[in-house]
Amino acid sequence: MSLELIDVRKSYREPGGAELPILNISHFTLEEGEQVALIGQSGGGKTTLLNVISGLTRPDSGRVIIGGLDVTDLPEPARDRFRAERIGIVFQTFHLLPAFTALENVLLGMAFAGKQSRKYATELLDLMGLKARMNHKPGQLSVGEQQRVSVARALASRPRLMLADEPTASVDLANQENILKLLQETCREKNVSLLLVTHSQEVSSQFERVEQLSDFNQIEVHA
Amino acid sequence: MNLVTIAFKSMKHRLVPSLLTSLSVALGVALMVAVLILNTVVTKMFQETGSGYDLVVGPQGSATQLILSTIYHIDNPIENLPWRYYQEWQEDPRVKYAIPFNMGDTTEVGNFPIVGTTPQYFITEYAPDKKFRVGKNENGLRGTWDAVIGSEVAKRNGWKQGTKFKMIHAGQDDHVHEEEFTVQGVLAPTGTPNDRTAFVHIDGFFMMSDHSKPVRDAIKMEAQFFRETEEQVTERHKKDIDEILRHEGESDDEHAHHNHGPTPDIQKEVTSILLVLEGTSLQRANRALIIQGELREGRRSQAANPVQIMARLITNLVGNIRLAFLYMTSLIIVVSGIGIFVSIYNSMSDRKREIAVMRALGARRTTVFSLILMESVLLCLLGGIFGLLFGHAIVFVAAPIIEARSGLLIESLAFTPVELIVIPILVVMASLVGFLPGLTAYQSDVAEGLQS
Ligand SMILES: Nc1ncnc2c1ncn2[C@@H]1O[C@H](COP(=O)(O)OP(=O)(O)O)[C@@H](O)[C@H]1O
Ligand SMILES: [Mg+2]
Repeated sequence: MSLELIDVRKSYREPGGAELPILNISHFTLEEGEQVALIGQSGGGKTTLLNVISGLTRPDSGRVIIGGLDVTDLPEPARDRFRAERIGIVFQTFHLLPAFTALENVLLGMAFAGKQSRKYATELLDLMGLKARMNHKPGQLSVGEQQRVSVARALASRPRLMLADEPTASVDLANQENILKLLQETCREKNVSLLLVTHSQEVSSQFERVEQLSDFNQIEVHA
Repeated sequence: MNLVTIAFKSMKHRLVPSLLTSLSVALGVALMVAVLILNTVVTKMFQETGSGYDLVVGPQGSATQLILSTIYHIDNPIENLPWRYYQEWQEDPRVKYAIPFNMGDTTEVGNFPIVGTTPQYFITEYAPDKKFRVGKNENGLRGTWDAVIGSEVAKRNGWKQGTKFKMIHAGQDDHVHEEEFTVQGVLAPTGTPNDRTAFVHIDGFFMMSDHSKPVRDAIKMEAQFFRETEEQVTERHKKDIDEILRHEGESDDEHAHHNHGPTPDIQKEVTSILLVLEGTSLQRANRALIIQGELREGRRSQAANPVQIMARLITNLVGNIRLAFLYMTSLIIVVSGIGIFVSIYNSMSDRKREIAVMRALGARRTTVFSLILMESVLLCLLGGIFGLLFGHAIVFVAAPIIEARSGLLIESLAFTPVELIVIPILVVMASLVGFLPGLTAYQSDVAEGLQS
């Protein structure tokens, strides 16, 4: 699915009461099936941007258009539904639920979209090379394995847009490349658009299209 | 995976706190169930016991004492009534059966209460549509020295048909009567105090030493009771009294009269009389009221309705105890509810992340709210079900102990439909308890939750 951001602004209030602008993006687009790495420094608003896109955070103004649908106007339950069905998210710290096995975590990725397929969940875990790890709980998995489970979970509801928030930042070097590859290949294979944010040149160098957040985020960055 | 399995798995993940909170609910429910069952069983027993008799007639005094001693054998008899009075009741046209009761003695072995009565007692229904039954080839009271024993007496003492036993004279541990009665039959269990009673033929009862009243006392008492002169009484029983006085002259041996046939009427007394009245149940109820009024005016005896007296006792005494127990167990359940609240509420800060992750996966606010509520309901229901089982286990264990201590027969596997109200009560409580944590989940900020 394509993604288009128009005049998206988001600011937080500092404890003192002063406005702290985080996002001010006049225009940004991502084509259907496209993969882009967005580079930005720590505290630059990358996570906030992904939250705004996924509908977890409301922008102060502007429009987020996904697959031609202006999601900013949707009431919250509809945004939740849209996120459940169309958007997959991979977090820097995986955010797997410790009470559930790898397979159950992947099933949770489908649960709120109302379509559950144990077969597809198994398939995805297999694809991530975790066939033998399905019934392990996150605590029993290495960080690399945990992140691969979370990629499988993000893909579980067959989303059209994948948002990845520094997916390799918490993973050991040996696994970084592997995870990035898996993410890119499966997204390509399943025709899922991929927006990956990172602060690492090394990661962004793996992408054909690389954008600097600061290039189009028109805010004065605090020192 | 649906909400229930999701809630269940996250409960399982926090196994120890979940179990502890469930256990506290279980404890409250178990106690409540035990109280409810014991109460129902006991109430039923009290309502049924003695319901076969319209009235119990006894000397003036406490009606409760009269019923407790006659029907339950757990209080001392008040005093005695002359035999002639019992005979009057037998002749009263309103009376279908009059059954004399003589009490006070106990079995030498096991200390079970003895009742001296007539065979009529065993052919009369002890409760509507309920008749005494003895074993195959066993008999009721036929001969003077025959006895019929309750099922518990048989079980505890290991007595059966043919067993001979002695009894202890009222209130005097060291005075064992010489005379022996022979068990002719064992009553099938009735769930009433009859089960722990030994019945002996009233003729034999009178013929035992010290059971026939010295003749001069007897004359005095009968005269007083019927408001006659002693001369009038003596005249009435002239033949018997002459005979007795003649024997007294013959021998000083206090047991001498044993060999001289049945006890003369003048020397007989009864402790109470069971009355079954003639007529339809409405007529019987009316007649009972009339008789009660008559006796009240007569001022020498009283008649009490066993079911009424027990109903009053239950509401006044047992009822209050039951209420206190129910308050207490309700309190325990409420406290355990608060425990669940504290436990879930405390876990909410740990679960901010989990909730945020589910929201990020597309769960709605209402979904995470339901999830927390579901967990609360599951914890309460789990505790509730465990508590129901545990409660029945308590009854199962307590029943024989209570039975041994008080003689109340309690069905150890009794089930009362009332106890099922704990389920909806628990669901309501769980919903109340889960509401605030659920609301916290509903309102929690996803972006913030994902930071942690
Ligand atoms: N809820 C919030 N309230 C106030 N400030 C926030 C909030 N969330 C994020 N920020 C601030 O916004 C800035 C951008 O944060 P973030 O989007 O997490 O950056 P990045 O992911 O690029 O490191 C940071 O300075 C952060 O402190
Ligand atoms: Mg970030």
